[in-house]
Amino acid sequence: MVGIVGYGTHIPRYRIKVEEIAKVWGADAPAFKKGLNLNEKSVPAPDEDCATLSVSAARNAIRRAGIDPKELGAVYVGSESHPYAVKPTGTIVSEALGACPHVHTADLEFACKAGTEGIFIALHLVKSGVMSYALGIGADTSQGAPGDALEYSAAAGAAAYVVGAENLVAELLDTHVYMTDTPDFWRREHTHYPEHGGRFTGEPAYEKHLYSAAREMMEKAKMKPENFDYVVFHQPNGKFPANAAKRMGFTEAQYKPGLLCPTLGNTYSGSSPIGLAATLDEAKPGQTILLVSYGSGAGSDAFIFRTTDRLPKVKDLAPRTRKQLDEFKMYIEYGTYAKFRRKILKPE
Amino acid sequence: MKEVAIIGIGMTDWGELWLKSLRDIAVEAALNCLDDAGVAKVDAITIGCMSGGLFNAQEHLGSLVADYLGQRFVPATRVESACASGGLAVKTAYMEVASGLAEYALAIGVEKMTDVDGNEATFALATAADQDYEAFHGITFPGLYAMMAHAHMKKYGTTLEQLSQVTVKNHDNGSMNPHAQFPCKFTLEQVMNSTMVADPMRLLHCSPITDGGAAVLLTTVEVAKKLNKPYAVITGIGHATDTIALAQRKDLVKLEVVEQAAQRALKMAGKTIKDVNFAEVHDCFTIAEIMVMEAIGLVKPGQAGPAVMDGLTALTGKFPINPSGGLKSKGHPVGATGVAQVVEAVAQLRGEAGKRQVKNARIAMTQNMGGSGGSSIIHILEARS
Amino acid sequence: MSMHVARHWRETPERYRMEAAKCKKCGGIHFPSRLICPDCGTREFETIRLAGKGELVTYTIIRVAPTGFKDLTPYAVGIVKLDEGIQVMGQVVDCNPEQLKVGDRLVTQFRRINEEGKTGMILYGYKFVPDVGL
Repeated sequence: MVGIVGYGTHIPRYRIKVEEIAKVWGADAPAFKKGLNLNEKSVPAPDEDCATLSVSAARNAIRRAGIDPKELGAVYVGSESHPYAVKPTGTIVSEALGACPHVHTADLEFACKAGTEGIFIALHLVKSGVMSYALGIGADTSQGAPGDALEYSAAAGAAAYVVGAENLVAELLDTHVYMTDTPDFWRREHTHYPEHGGRFTGEPAYEKHLYSAAREMMEKAKMKPENFDYVVFHQPNGKFPANAAKRMGFTEAQYKPGLLCPTLGNTYSGSSPIGLAATLDEAKPGQTILLVSYGSGAGSDAFIFRTTDRLPKVKDLAPRTRKQLDEFKMYIEYGTYAKFRRKILKPE
Repeated sequence: MKEVAIIGIGMTDWGELWLKSLRDIAVEAALNCLDDAGVAKVDAITIGCMSGGLFNAQEHLGSLVADYLGQRFVPATRVESACASGGLAVKTAYMEVASGLAEYALAIGVEKMTDVDGNEATFALATAADQDYEAFHGITFPGLYAMMAHAHMKKYGTTLEQLSQVTVKNHDNGSMNPHAQFPCKFTLEQVMNSTMVADPMRLLHCSPITDGGAAVLLTTVEVAKKLNKPYAVITGIGHATDTIALAQRKDLVKLEVVEQAAQRALKMAGKTIKDVNFAEVHDCFTIAEIMVMEAIGLVKPGQAGPAVMDGLTALTGKFPINPSGGLKSKGHPVGATGVAQVVEAVAQLRGEAGKRQVKNARIAMTQNMGGSGGSSIIHILEARS
Repeated sequence: MSMHVARHWRETPERYRMEAAKCKKCGGIHFPSRLICPDCGTREFETIRLAGKGELVTYTIIRVAPTGFKDLTPYAVGIVKLDEGIQVMGQVVDCNPEQLKVGDRLVTQFRRINEEGKTGMILYGYKFVPDVGL
């Protein structure tokens, strides 16, 4: 038996509203808000990055797990906005946690799926018996090109999961994966902003992989949508996951607790992991959760978790996700946003 | 120990001296001093300079200055204590004479700060703070003093007006100093409304970036007597250090380093603060002058602000402070300041300060400080004729 | 752009984990660690990790920033008295600096402090944020 021992998130404090961005580019804010089901997003301060978000989220996960960081056998940080092109984020995190030196550490990439990737590997490493605890983190401070549709949703946040074989808050029932080479969204080396295939990112990309992974996961587990209490999908905007849920036969009550995108934005590698954390904050013991991520390029990881009696005991050992999202925020306007996100050309 | 006298003083103009290099300034100040003393050859040179390395990419100042001053083969020592390097240079020269190692010891203070741009100058100055636990976190010198000001205002009710009056007074004095960088007067309103640099320190509460040099010639009292001119004697020296990092000081509203240095200096001179007539103090920021007034025991803790408003420290007050214009008006070429304080004190004690003359100037105190209060050197000087 | 790799790397235990030295004789806590206790003169210490929580003792708002800090200007820098009894200096972020008050409860957070130019090392360390009791 393996599963989640502790979970934690970190959401930056600053926010910018869709209207603020639309104003600058002369875009139709109400249309964007409605079309994307998105109102505002988180903005990382100039002193935040994937490493700092990962450390804060991981510290929260460790608080809930109640372990000594030195017990971690592995630390994986999945992101598409690692601070260095070459130099691991993972070791910065391992060092900050106090897990070094006997901890397998690696950085992972796969667009927005890099977070669940690390969690997938961590779970299976523990399952193989080679270590007692492992940490998988999804963290991003991704950028959207100025004036591009992605600028409205590209946000920042991190979620961390300590997994192990005892003291679980949620047991892993099974995993399933679905990968193909599908170029819906990419960023070439030495370029600043990603590019995407426009409407190609819908059906052949997000839908094909997410829906296939979800349906096949349920088939494998011999379960139907109504057997789940919660479902958490990757959330590039507030529309895609809601539509996916509805089309597969899930209800709003099942996906709403894990749908943070409308006021958080797309936290890329943090997206579905943060959704899962928000769900765990709400879930009661003995409830079943389906988690399916999506990463452009493309692929989906699917997981089924069942919560345990230990979950209620740990919820308040660290800041709850929706509290961070809803209660601790400061709005900024586009000028400050552009300065924070280094979109302004400076001499040095 | 021999009794030590000062028989020569000299300064350059202070300001942005584009045409003069580090060595030019040191030599000019030294020559003015030697001419004033009527002495051509010295036995020892000490140089106070905070950072020839960071401002001018020039170390080995002992060799450089002795060479260009035409004092070949003379032993020369460069000393450093951040912004108290000048005071330390005077103390070191004192030791050369008092010990009998030198008959004529020349103390030169010099800093050439405008060969680097503003950012580099700020970086160089920040090396007086704890690099890894203060500067690393983005604190600046105005910020360090601002934190002390904030705490002082909170504990004692010191006001923006009182802090600003320090600037007004020092500029009133400096406007009469031909060497001063900013010999202009300010109104209280101008000071209080100047741009905020680090709350609550505003632009006109902060001393400037300056090029300048100052020098004093020390010898034994025996030799001085033979010259038949007024001279000054260094009767007390107090030197103390405290934690380099502000966060680790025992009391944020008290400059204990100055308190210690003052007690030692006064004890050595056999005097109390009541015997002292006037002082040149280290007003790198206005709050520093306020806190020094309290640390030397001139006023009770928390009472310096009201005392400044009452005129205690004005030129015509009971205890004039910074008749030269202080660091604020005269300028603050960091390594030179401590020596210039002694230059002013001696001029005053000789009765040669002209429009800036302090009445009955018999006993002076000069107080020089490094960093945010990590070091301080105080000299007590007395007039002799 | 000069690189000071070793000088910064050496501070990792203090900057990343707030490791401090506790004097084995008098119990005095020193951050950063020292080779000799300034209070009792002992040279033996144990390593402890500071919890990073405390109270704001004094602060200023930097409006003219040194190189590398201009993006955050104006920012607050304060002295915080940690619950362990020692004082530490650090930036106070994630707040409106004008609304800070002496006495505010703060906690540390792992943040980017600076970088050595666009191509050099990124320097991480601790900053303080309001303790909102989440």
